[in-house]
Amino acid sequence: MTQPVKFYQTGTFTVGNRLLSPDERTVQASINRNNSLNSGHRACQGCGEALGARYAVDAAMRATGGQLMAANATGCLEVFSTPYPETSWQLPWLHSLFGNAAAVGTGIAAALQVKAEKAGKARSDVRVIAQGGDGGTTDIGFGCLSGMFERNDDVLYICYDNEGYMNTGVQRSSATPPAARTATTQALGDAPGAPFGQGKNLPLIAMAHEIPYVATATVADLRDLEAKVEKAMTFHGARYLHVFVPCPLGWGSAACDTIKLARLARETGIFPVFEAENGAVTEVTKIRHRVPVEAYLRPQKRFAHLFGDPGHPETVARIQAAADRNIERFGLLDEKARP
Amino acid sequence: MLKQMEGSVAVAEAVALCRPEVICAYPISPQTHIVEGLGALVKSGALEPCAFINVESEFAAMSVAIGSSATGARTYTATASQGLLFMAEAVYNASGLGLPIVMTVANRAIGAPINIWNDHSDSMSQRDSGWLQLFAESNQEALDIHIQAFKLAEELSMPVMVCMDGFILTHAYERVDIPTQEQVDGFLPPYEPRQVLDTAEPVSIGAMVGPEAFMEVRYLAHAKQTMALERIPEIAREFEASFGRAAGGLVRRYRTEDAETIVVALGSVVGTLEETIDAMREQGVKIGLLSIRSFRPFPLAAVRAALQHAERVVVLEKSFSVGLGGVVSTDVRLALSGIQLHGYTVVAGLGGRSITQASLERVLAEAVADKLEPLTFLDLDWGIVNRQLAREAAMRRSGPIAENLLRDLGTVQAKVH
Repeated sequence: MTQPVKFYQTGTFTVGNRLLSPDERTVQASINRNNSLNSGHRACQGCGEALGARYAVDAAMRATGGQLMAANATGCLEVFSTPYPETSWQLPWLHSLFGNAAAVGTGIAAALQVKAEKAGKARSDVRVIAQGGDGGTTDIGFGCLSGMFERNDDVLYICYDNEGYMNTGVQRSSATPPAARTATTQALGDAPGAPFGQGKNLPLIAMAHEIPYVATATVADLRDLEAKVEKAMTFHGARYLHVFVPCPLGWGSAACDTIKLARLARETGIFPVFEAENGAVTEVTKIRHRVPVEAYLRPQKRFAHLFGDPGHPETVARIQAAADRNIERFGLLDEKARP
Repeated sequence: MLKQMEGSVAVAEAVALCRPEVICAYPISPQTHIVEGLGALVKSGALEPCAFINVESEFAAMSVAIGSSATGARTYTATASQGLLFMAEAVYNASGLGLPIVMTVANRAIGAPINIWNDHSDSMSQRDSGWLQLFAESNQEALDIHIQAFKLAEELSMPVMVCMDGFILTHAYERVDIPTQEQVDGFLPPYEPRQVLDTAEPVSIGAMVGPEAFMEVRYLAHAKQTMALERIPEIAREFEASFGRAAGGLVRRYRTEDAETIVVALGSVVGTLEETIDAMREQGVKIGLLSIRSFRPFPLAAVRAALQHAERVVVLEKSFSVGLGGVVSTDVRLALSGIQLHGYTVVAGLGGRSITQASLERVLAEAVADKLEPLTFLDLDWGIVNRQLAREAAMRRSGPIAENLLRDLGTVQAKVH
């Protein structure tokens, strides 16, 4: 199969290390990268989460000069990286439970701060990240996360959102999009797949806490992801980064389409990419080539029931309407690009 | 220094003398005065450097404690009742990871029906969690055991629960002897963790463990508790040498030398039982008392040694395994395996029901005469129980149980006989 190659690099960092000055090149392009999530782990081929975590944690390592610790929620990221007695983590790393990564991060940060004070420093040199999947973030870990935000604890929380409980066999989470087939929202009946709800937009909920920094990113723009992690580490207090990470296993997509789907999620408006400080949006990544949601939905078997015979064009229209609302709400299109 | 103070405040002062570095808590009666006291000590600068973190739930409290303990900070929290159940997943996690967190449990009943008063249902529900469980008889002992608990926890790298009766101890004003900072510093060395998150030497903690090693990890937790059986009495002796008073240990005997009947109990009820036993001794009854101070590890040998020459054993406990009977008595029976003697379980004081000397004398006299039922509920109101059973037999929609019983009782009042 041949794919037409499109270079989107103009004005972006998608492809172009060679086009950048050395100090702007990606963390991963450097021989001095930390390899925080080392090779040899057991993620599936095409795993968006493994890719996102590798870039995010290495960027945080560079930003902190290697003075970084991680709390990790139970989930794919934890399971594939630490089958006993192997570990892929090249930084101090603690996995406690599914729903408490944010609180564990708070505890680590508190201990570091007390130790710094004992050593006569105003602030610890060692920084803390906490990370988990969408289930561990938007569902079971939500209470602890909100508590960490509200107290403004000095933790960067990174959610790798693959829109479902993939580790337990692809069940629905509160991040699962409407109409998606999962093991608990089957493609059966008059309204196949996940029901339409009000959604649970965690970046917006994080912003409502008015924490110093909130950002979204996708694995289609890895330099952007790195830059946001580095920017997050310039702030103290609670920070939240929501990374969109396609899951070939759960979505029924080709392993080679992970980055393409992440890009399409952004280019359709399904996943707005933006930054916010203290509760207000500061930057938005504009859609460059707007595409209808169908282009994003069709390659994924979890949406296959929408395109059968007769299919569910009305459902596709609802998803399109939601994407259009995102575009309107976040101003994802340049004025000049509007029809 | 001798002071007249509330049990919770005494515990707060004792914990502060242990120089904790991170304290996290979520309020629940009757634990609140302990963490309020500690919060004030941190806020005023009397205890520093120390982070006091107001968290959003008990689950978060134990989770923060896990993070800080794994980062090498001496960590303390306190809870009770529903709070202990709400943090249960993290309670098991802390012990599974081998983190020496010290936690006070201000013992309180578990609902429904919701009840804020004292019994031991909460800590008993976590008896298999891997935490050591030490029970305090008095406020002085609660204070002293906390100082011992940090030492024990950190030596073993295992978490310790100090159980003190809610309200009966936590809210009681008693005279306590508060040690000096120098005394505590001399007894309790700085925390030197066995495992720690450290950027100079990165480790992964909390890996997934399969069948190839899981049993061994769990066995090692048991081995630690077995070691504690030796260390608890030693630490109690070291404490006595340093502070000049006895506290802690595995068990404490009271007038058991020639006792034909021995009562086994935990916690503050031991004080009432001592007086009951004194009164019965005056009447010529050969009766004694065994106070279990370490419930986990359970001191099988010490319990057996204390009870083996008695004719009968009465376990009086503030806990109840629904569908079976006693919780503590099951463990006592195990300690006595192969020994034939009369065994009685008296479930008493659930949900704060008063345990009076008069009721104890009556039930123990029945036991001495071997006329006691094997499982007895002290001062159970059979009238309202039987009315509810009759109501359920008579109609399908008999309604909510607790509310029926309260209606039958009429005025809701503290039930003191």
